[in-house]
Amino acid sequence: MPAPIRLRELIRTIRTARTQAEEREMIQKECAAIRSSFREEDNTYRCRNVAKLLYMHMLGYPAHFGQLECLKLIASQKFTDKRIGYLGAMLLLDERQDVHLLMTNCIKNDLNHSTQYVQGLALCTLGCMGSSEMCRDLAGEVEKLLKTSNSYLRKKAALCAVHVIRKVPELMEMFLPATKNLLSEKNHGVLHTSVVLLTEMCERSPDMLAHFRKLVPQLVRILKNLIMSGYSPEHDVSGISDPFLQVRILRLLRILGKSDDDSSEAMNDILAQVATNTETSKNVGNAILYETVLTIMDIKSESGLRVLAINILGRFLLNNDKNIRYVALTSLLKTVQTDHNAVQRHRSTIVDCLKDLDVSIKRRAMELSFALVNGNNIRGMMKELLYFLDSCDPEFKADCASGVFLAAEKYAPSKRWHIDTIMRVLTTAGSYVRDDSVPNLIQLITNSVEMHAYTVQRLYKALLDDISQQPLVQVASWCIGEYGDLLVSGQCEEEEPIQVTEDEVLDVLEGLLVSNLSAAVTRGYSLTAIMKLSTRFSGVNRIKKVVSIYGSSIDVELQQRAVEYNALFKKYDHMRPALLERMPIMEKSASNGPTEIVQTNGETEPSVVDSKHPPPVSQPANQANDLLDLLGGNDVVPVIQTTVPTKPASAGGELLDLLGDLSLTIPPMTAYNKNGLKIDFTFERANPNPNVAVITIHASNSTEADMTDFVFQAAVPKTFQLQLLSPSSNVVPALNQGTVTQVIRVLNPQKQQLRMRIKLTYTLKGSPVQDLAEVNNFPPQSWQ
Amino acid sequence: MQFMLLFSRQGKLRLQKWYVPLSDKEKKKITRELVQTVLARKPKMCSFLEWRDLKVVYKRYASLYFCCAIEHQDNELITLEIIHRYVELLDKYFGSVCELDIIFNFEKAYFILDEFLLGGEPQETSKKTVLKAIEQADLLQENVDFQMRLFAGVMVPNMVSESSGLFQN
Repeated sequence: MPAPIRLRELIRTIRTARTQAEEREMIQKECAAIRSSFREEDNTYRCRNVAKLLYMHMLGYPAHFGQLECLKLIASQKFTDKRIGYLGAMLLLDERQDVHLLMTNCIKNDLNHSTQYVQGLALCTLGCMGSSEMCRDLAGEVEKLLKTSNSYLRKKAALCAVHVIRKVPELMEMFLPATKNLLSEKNHGVLHTSVVLLTEMCERSPDMLAHFRKLVPQLVRILKNLIMSGYSPEHDVSGISDPFLQVRILRLLRILGKSDDDSSEAMNDILAQVATNTETSKNVGNAILYETVLTIMDIKSESGLRVLAINILGRFLLNNDKNIRYVALTSLLKTVQTDHNAVQRHRSTIVDCLKDLDVSIKRRAMELSFALVNGNNIRGMMKELLYFLDSCDPEFKADCASGVFLAAEKYAPSKRWHIDTIMRVLTTAGSYVRDDSVPNLIQLITNSVEMHAYTVQRLYKALLDDISQQPLVQVASWCIGEYGDLLVSGQCEEEEPIQVTEDEVLDVLEGLLVSNLSAAVTRGYSLTAIMKLSTRFSGVNRIKKVVSIYGSSIDVELQQRAVEYNALFKKYDHMRPALLERMPIMEKSASNGPTEIVQTNGETEPSVVDSKHPPPVSQPANQANDLLDLLGGNDVVPVIQTTVPTKPASAGGELLDLLGDLSLTIPPMTAYNKNGLKIDFTFERANPNPNVAVITIHASNSTEADMTDFVFQAAVPKTFQLQLLSPSSNVVPALNQGTVTQVIRVLNPQKQQLRMRIKLTYTLKGSPVQDLAEVNNFPPQSWQ
Repeated sequence: MQFMLLFSRQGKLRLQKWYVPLSDKEKKKITRELVQTVLARKPKMCSFLEWRDLKVVYKRYASLYFCCAIEHQDNELITLEIIHRYVELLDKYFGSVCELDIIFNFEKAYFILDEFLLGGEPQETSKKTVLKAIEQADLLQENVDFQMRLFAGVMVPNMVSESSGLFQN
């Protein structure tokens, strides 16, 4: 067989390939040749073949069939073979391969080889990719080499030990004796790698950390020598002596000085010296300064030193080199919590960085700016941040908008300013604000009572300009619905009131309904707003017309709303003013959106069962479990049982009952009727979530005696979620003199057929009664 | 350092050094994604980027990108110096190094890297010393197995068969 082609020849050939297919063909041909050569156990050319294989591997082609050949090369006596063999091992034989462990013996032998370059190869390979088993087997050899006087080997052994410790942390102890005089070495290579080893040990073990603290004076001395010594050609980089070593020592000092007063004190001077004397014109000097700053900030340094550090970072911010600016912003972000005042001093520079071209710098600057906002600088900062919001890339807008809202909430100097700021965000970045900001803003607006007129006016004007940004449009519609009367009466105090007629307002709202730009949710908002205006505006005919048109809308949500509002006009006109009156100020803890009419009505935490309540309901948890057991346990969601409220139901409760009676689109049903106890269900859809069915039970008692200690429980299949609100009372009066009502909310996201099992307990004429029933006759509209 | 990649402006890999154990598939995926990300960077941008949970430091020298992935506690600025030092070593060794040198002598590029870094950390901070070591190793390679066999005296495992040569035992 002819001699296999040389490596360079192959590379040249492959590079002439003009297409991927051509290259693949060449590679396949060569691989075939290499494979047959391997089969022939050809020693002379094994090295060459493996080298070629490694090249092809780098191009992305499979090379696993060369793994064993690498092992053979490693075992060879030729240095050339070993060199390629170890390279191949590092590229092809990581610890996930089966044959990885076969290397162990070879490496062991080579660690003891008489030629240091062979030992070096072995140490390098072990230190780069040795598996835990291998490390365990060979740790002893490495430890031996760590004590050698040959600096070429000693430095490699140190880094190899680092790898061993990372793979097998328990072995750390065994290297401890060898570290004794590592730092007395003059050789920079050994010094550097020793510091790395010591750092690794200190980071992993608090005992080691305590043990090595005594090295601080020695480290300080070495660092001092590096700085003070004259020009050393061998280690010089742009006028600085061995910056790599300096940086490493600073990092070790950081770890040793953290939370330790004495050590921190001992390094104070040298840190100050490095901070003030290091040349800053080139990257290398700045690299050292950067590490110094990190160390100063982490240890227990005196305040003067800390201010020095922050000033260095401040200077970095002004550096032309964007890498330095980036690093400064990152570090300042870390220190802004602890050294807030010092960082504040550099605020203007940081804000300037918002205008930087680099995306990473802009992001850092933005985060830092938000961290620096406080009551004093809020006006100025917000101006800059809003300007940034205007001009920044879309990827920033959402975060920036959220940040602005948070900052505004915390530090707003006045309500007007707050609302103006929100308006500004909505108009500039309206499509990027998070969904929950709409209800939050509405809640904020309701709270600023004196600003209602101003707010609605501004929002109205914004709508005239642009109706594409949905969050803005939603907030605006809601406000117009609420405060439309203020708008047309021109009551605004804060600014020049505009002249708006009722028709103009309705034009705008109707415009939203028909516009392509409006999302479905937005349409819902505007229809409700139009409806609310029926009690605030004088002319209702137009509104009636709109509402009736949408009664046949294709959009089910709109249709339902329109039909219900229509019913309000027709059958329940007497209730309309009460239903549509001004919203009360909302508590911050209300988790639902503002269009929810149902407010807290003695609702307790779903998971809490109050054990202080009277005995009749003292074991609701057990009862729920019983229900579960009876239902077979698996397909049933545990019932959330609430307790009887201690205060009488509020006006809202009555409203609930009224609404319960409305039963606009879903017919009521009788769920249970036995032994004189009748339970009727009435339905309504919860606004705005169409998946939630709100069922009100009406329990009536046709017997002669009252049913006391009445408890209603329900359970639903797993795909549903159920919430029981408090009942109106636990006594069902006799002879149908009254009803006990209770609201059940059922979440039915999968729109499955509604089924329910109910359990009734009560006391009649002194004896307890208990009954179970299944309710299957739900009208289809209740769950479709 | 977790890994170092060298690639051309067309995205062709010229050198890959991994200091963490990953499967071939993962390495390929990481390489592909990172190369794409770095090549998409504009010239005015800074040399650092956050990628997955690592910090990536990269610098372009002529037609080659040198790209290192470091951990959070590592110093980005000194990593730039490490990259620069490696380029200087290559330059000294090859005499005004260019991409072609690294393509045709990739194994030498690895040897040099392995004399400079070990397990992701610099093992030698003196340029001269690194170059000297490479020089000596190269010499050793050129001297036919002579010195090796003569001074070895170590048990050779069975799987190795000696090639025919003057100094067969």
